[in-house]
Amino acid sequence: MDKRGLSILLALAACLLLCAGLWMFQGLGGGNRGFILSLRASKLAALVVVAFAIGVSTVLFQTVAANRVLTPSIMGFDALYVLLQTLLVASLGTAGFASLPPGPKFMAEIALMTAMASLLFGVLLLKGSRDLPRMILTGVILGVLFRALSSFVGRILDPNAYAVVQSVSFASFNKVQPGLLPFAAAITALACLAAWRLAPRLDVLALGRDPAVSLGLRHRGTVLQVLALIAVLVSVSTALVGPVSFFGLIVAGLAHGLMRSTRHAALLPAAALSGAILLVGGQWLFERVLDQGATLSVVVEFAGGLFFLYLLLRGHIR
Amino acid sequence: MRPTPALAVALAAMMLVSMTIGAASVDLVHAFGDPRTMLVLLESRLPRTLAVALTGAALAVAGVLIQALVRNRFVGPDTAGTAEGAALGLLAITILWPASPLWLRMVAASVSAMATTALFIAIIRRLPVREVMLVPIAGLVLSGVLGSVVTFIGWQTDLMQYIGTWLFSGEFSGVISGRYELLWIAGGAAVLAWFAADRFAIIGLGDQVATGLGLGTRAVLRLGLAVVAVVTAMVVTTVGMIPFVGLVVPNIVARIMGDNLRRTLPVVALSGAVLVMACDLAGRLVIHPYEVPAGLILGGVGSVLFLWLLYRRPRHG
Amino acid sequence: MIRIDGVSHRIGKAPILHDITTHLPEGRLTALIGPNGAGKSTLLRLIGRLEPLQQGRVSVAGRDIAATPTEDLARVMAILGQQTSIASRLRLSELVGFGRWPHHRGRPTAHDHARVAEALEAFALTPMADRFLDEVSGGQAQRAHIAMAFAQDTDWLLLDEPLNNLDMAHARALMGRLRDLVDRQGRSVGLVVHEINYAAAWADHVIAMKDGRIVAEGSANEVLTEDVLSDLYDAPIAVASHQGRPLVLHHV
Repeated sequence: MDKRGLSILLALAACLLLCAGLWMFQGLGGGNRGFILSLRASKLAALVVVAFAIGVSTVLFQTVAANRVLTPSIMGFDALYVLLQTLLVASLGTAGFASLPPGPKFMAEIALMTAMASLLFGVLLLKGSRDLPRMILTGVILGVLFRALSSFVGRILDPNAYAVVQSVSFASFNKVQPGLLPFAAAITALACLAAWRLAPRLDVLALGRDPAVSLGLRHRGTVLQVLALIAVLVSVSTALVGPVSFFGLIVAGLAHGLMRSTRHAALLPAAALSGAILLVGGQWLFERVLDQGATLSVVVEFAGGLFFLYLLLRGHIR
Repeated sequence: MRPTPALAVALAAMMLVSMTIGAASVDLVHAFGDPRTMLVLLESRLPRTLAVALTGAALAVAGVLIQALVRNRFVGPDTAGTAEGAALGLLAITILWPASPLWLRMVAASVSAMATTALFIAIIRRLPVREVMLVPIAGLVLSGVLGSVVTFIGWQTDLMQYIGTWLFSGEFSGVISGRYELLWIAGGAAVLAWFAADRFAIIGLGDQVATGLGLGTRAVLRLGLAVVAVVTAMVVTTVGMIPFVGLVVPNIVARIMGDNLRRTLPVVALSGAVLVMACDLAGRLVIHPYEVPAGLILGGVGSVLFLWLLYRRPRHG
Repeated sequence: MIRIDGVSHRIGKAPILHDITTHLPEGRLTALIGPNGAGKSTLLRLIGRLEPLQQGRVSVAGRDIAATPTEDLARVMAILGQQTSIASRLRLSELVGFGRWPHHRGRPTAHDHARVAEALEAFALTPMADRFLDEVSGGQAQRAHIAMAFAQDTDWLLLDEPLNNLDMAHARALMGRLRDLVDRQGRSVGLVVHEINYAAAWADHVIAMKDGRIVAEGSANEVLTEDVLSDLYDAPIAVASHQGRPLVLHHV
């Protein structure tokens, strides 16, 4: 990496540390410090994990789809996760589902999600890449279908299953289950590391299929590998905070703009760091300064949606 | 078999079935002798049946219009920001003037729906012409952005419950006499569209053709926008959004019968009514005596139909 | 030598190639010619494993392309497809740099950088090496793609209509450079060309295709005759001679 890129990454890391410090120690009253600090620390960890998962998965997805305006969520990844979760609840029964320990249950969900997403989106991306807009529309509509099916299964089978669907149908950065956090953090760290190790191959993949094959990249295998990583990361972020459609778009856009490079070794950390800065800083601003704890997710989605329309009008979608 | 009579017979049969299904069992043959049964029929079953038919017919016609206006087969009133616009207008007037009369709320919802649909058309006019698939994507995202504004305001003002009934999976279980009559306005707007059918068909051919034939495109555009907005606003505020009707019905009818709107509009209206009626019946039967919202069933059935259309059609169809 | 043995291909239900058996000789410049839809590009893409083989066998320098790992093939042949629009925003030097990827797999050495500089220089791209692909003309971008294939430094170079977007001078310069690769460095080149006179003036070996079949093959003088060409294009075509090579008068 060149000097400029490295110094930007260092600056981003410093900025994240600053935000994290503000989040942890600002307005720390007299009262029960230990309790407040541990509460804040677990929320901070959750925000950072989610930001890393969304940032890295979005950059990966844009590379594999050869398109700068997509996010996994626009293409229905998170809806698939919610559907699988609903089906699990439905087939195991709520009691059976609740009695499973959260860690292994989460792992099983992720494994199932990875298999399904690789299959479905592998077919879509490998076969449909010649007609990009149609492929996107297919993904969007599949998302609608998955959401309708989840709702339907939930309503028909069991009011408790429906409650599960409801709880993961809206994004909120306030409702992270602390039981999942250690697993989520470990999985995210592993997936991010795997993505980073793929970086040189991702650079080639970004050239498009023909040049990548000509350069001797195992195109199919790499695409499936990347899709599996995306599925894992989307599972983590959806399980923690629910579906987030457009936030990844802002983060990936920021990473490209800041790094002015197409090297994934630089893009991936930049996306992860800037995502974490936005989430931690944003949550601090809304929760402590503006006293509107629940608002960040809505604001983020609104801004992301506008950014998408802007990119569309600028002709960036092709 | 000609489509119109066949569809009419199917619709009539389903309407009869719809009259008999529900928590209280109703015997149609002996209903006239029994005042209690008559009450159930007139106050609940008949209004519900009519509401379903009106909604389906009006939304399907609105779908034809918006597809002609934007010249793209992959949009519908539910993917053009129209529903969210109606909700936004309703929300605004509820907050600004809580005691406002019903008619004023309906006007506000319609005007706001019209404004957002116009915004959608303005956006897609700036997209590259050849990119057929970008139009629905833009519409879906615009709907999402407007939806997040509505949700945000709803949260801030504790009106979330109120909004939920407008934007998420519309259903007909709450329809009783006195609470659905606004849908007649939607039906009336759809009939109005039939009188201007030729104009819409010409608009669908492009601005140049329309101008060449001496048609003032702006006036037709405004009329179309008004019909789409009124239909959607009435449906959204009485039963909530019913997805995909306005998207898939016009497509299927156009595949079979072509785009001569004067001939096809009645078929579109009947098919829309039949489709929504079928989904409502399915929703009432599948976990009887409980219900699954018709909007939810349409979300599933409609998206499958849509994917089928997407892959059956040649790309620039 | 590239051997093609009993290759047939369909796209959907439409047959594109019918039982093709032929070869591209080593140390020669081979041109694939024929009318639109003859299957030239498909054949080239099959050789370059850009499309999966449905039927038949293809081997490059003795390696069966279906059985050889793709990363090994990338050090034996470079292929440039027709569609060269790239989603990511790259500088010309970065694009050409990717041509060295099969050799370094993400860790470029000084030798790699030197070869990239050489390729940029060879295609007169050094002055604009730091510009982005979307900031240069179509012809300059096309030259950058060819330079990338060139930097791959393989025994075989396969190009699908490389003259697209190039003006006369650059088209001639490219053909001259390819000729040079064959004559001085002992490499082998296969290309699809539309403008038949480039094949007439520069190619050693010509393969003429029509409707998914090979109609004629051999030296330029053998294939580019009035009879073969008139038949190939279903139009009367006159052939003259210029400096000992055929000159096709198809435009008058």
